[in-house]
Amino acid sequence: MTRRLILLVCASFVMVACERPPIETSQNGYRGTAMVDVSNPRDPMVAMEYPAALPAAPSSGPKAGEVYENVQVLGDLSVAEFTRVMTAITAWVSPEQGCNYCHNGAEFASDDMYTKVVSRRMIEMTQHINSEYESHVGGAGVNCYTCHRGKNVPEYIWFEQGDSANGNKYFMGWRNGQNRPGADVALTSLPSDVFVQYLTANDNNSARVASDTAHSPSPKEPGITAAEHSFAIMANWSQSLGVNCTYCHNSASFQSWEQSTPARTKAHHGLNMVRSLNSDYLIPLESAYPANRLGPEIGDAPKAYCLTCHQGQKKPLGGADAITAYPSLAKN
Amino acid sequence: MAYQNIFNRVQVHGAPEPGVPHPKGGIWGRGKARFSRLFGRVGDAQVGPGYLGTTGLLSLLFGIAAFEIIGFNMWASVGWDPVEFIRLLPWLALEPPAPEWGLRIPPLNEGGWFILAGLCLLISVLLWWVRMYRRATELGMGTHVAWAFASAIWLFLVLGLIRPIMMGSWSEAVPYGIFPHLDWTTAFSLRYGNLMYNPFHMLSITFLYGSVLLFAMHGATILASGNYGSHREIEQIVDRGTAAERGAIFWRWTMGFNATFESIHRWAWWFAVLTTLTGGIGILLTGTVVDNWYLWGLEHGLVPPYPEVFPGMADPAAAP
Repeated sequence: MTRRLILLVCASFVMVACERPPIETSQNGYRGTAMVDVSNPRDPMVAMEYPAALPAAPSSGPKAGEVYENVQVLGDLSVAEFTRVMTAITAWVSPEQGCNYCHNGAEFASDDMYTKVVSRRMIEMTQHINSEYESHVGGAGVNCYTCHRGKNVPEYIWFEQGDSANGNKYFMGWRNGQNRPGADVALTSLPSDVFVQYLTANDNNSARVASDTAHSPSPKEPGITAAEHSFAIMANWSQSLGVNCTYCHNSASFQSWEQSTPARTKAHHGLNMVRSLNSDYLIPLESAYPANRLGPEIGDAPKAYCLTCHQGQKKPLGGADAITAYPSLAKN
Repeated sequence: MAYQNIFNRVQVHGAPEPGVPHPKGGIWGRGKARFSRLFGRVGDAQVGPGYLGTTGLLSLLFGIAAFEIIGFNMWASVGWDPVEFIRLLPWLALEPPAPEWGLRIPPLNEGGWFILAGLCLLISVLLWWVRMYRRATELGMGTHVAWAFASAIWLFLVLGLIRPIMMGSWSEAVPYGIFPHLDWTTAFSLRYGNLMYNPFHMLSITFLYGSVLLFAMHGATILASGNYGSHREIEQIVDRGTAAERGAIFWRWTMGFNATFESIHRWAWWFAVLTTLTGGIGILLTGTVVDNWYLWGLEHGLVPPYPEVFPGMADPAAAP
């Protein structure tokens, strides 16, 4: 009896990282090629949904830009619709602090609160996503809640790691940006500071490391190090969407587009989208933030990656419609 | 009294077996013979006398040096915290130099330690090989064990020395770490278009699994015919007794063919040796001769053509 109990306790330690069955699988490629999409129907993320849309407001009447001062975005909305969108944004981003999280309560038009400057740019970013990246967000769209989920700062953002990722500086213990259970790389020992090179336009380094030709001589680069970086960003994407490799790729040839699923094309547009968001919107905001919002290591601006919106789901919030009720967030 | 199978758990203590006389007088080996009941449960209860010799001693020293360099680098990488060292041990590694160093020797803390650890390990392993060869020769044995070991060393040399030199960069070498070397393996397959289409990788896996199968079949056959004297395995190679006959008949009954008591050991030896021999060839060809095994497989009819499941899928980056 005691022995059985001990075995049970030991087994529970071993199995603690496993998800209990049943797991749902669905075939997404030719039979016999292991093209299977695996998902856990009990994933708590599945239950998340958008707050109910606010009742529609009349579009007639004076424009917000004419009535209020210093309205640089959404100024062509009617005052009623403008107020409705502002109310929705408050519920999406600062439900506890209310209007005063971004606005100076005494002078709503004032730009002295950094949060107002940032949120104005974020509204423009939302419009940019919905109008320019139909290829990635088409059919659902995004609004502030897609990332914020009722929090002032989206829970999943990334910063550069700086020198600490290289291990001990003195004499021995160099670790080349890897060899930790990286939370952003699915707890593998892969390099974890890989986002700058793939997700900003600063270094347009391609993740495509496999050769286009069967035969050498091939260039020395990309080598194994580049392949580990590519593997790491892919582990990050897999983790962000809660999917395995075969959601997009046929593992017989990860590079072959002909054998990939349409999800890979969607991901490709998503990559271009995230690069644009980081380099055109998020990184330029660096000077607007106070120090406590900047990266702990090198003081960089908070940036986005797949996890920021997806948060472990193939489609953020199950692919629910985020934009039909708020068409002003889809304008260019 | 019934026939007593020598395959049993009884441990008989006689006078210790001293070893082989040294040509210059005395006995090869150092130290006293002891008996261990625990060792007797899994093997011979006699422990010692051992033989270390010059090559053995040097091999151990270089091996310890490599082990310490790797271990201290891992420990330093967690800021010398002993708890973190144990907690994160599976993730820790001694990393090879970054690609920009090519085949130059970088400073110690940028891959220099890796080169040094590799050098120590290489010397250690080669000296251990010499020791195995020489001990076998001194006993008048064949050198089969040494050559089997050489096959494993070949794979080790290809991974850590020959292929990095051919590729022109130490960064191609495998990191010394538990998870990191596995991540290296996956990255290697991703970079070179799926190692599963490498025929030498296929052969290596065949011999590896084949070794396991042969080991199980042979071990089972000997144990199962123990009642008829199969423990005198070597005698039965030349003078087949009833155990060998029964083992042979068993396999002829079940699969129509049997290895002999002699040939089964050659089967096992070759399967084991060919595992790392073919594996090493497969690694050596990767990146030096073949750059993408999947595309190579397409060229050579190895990759089966599958129907398109998602027609019109094409690289969006290549679109105009």
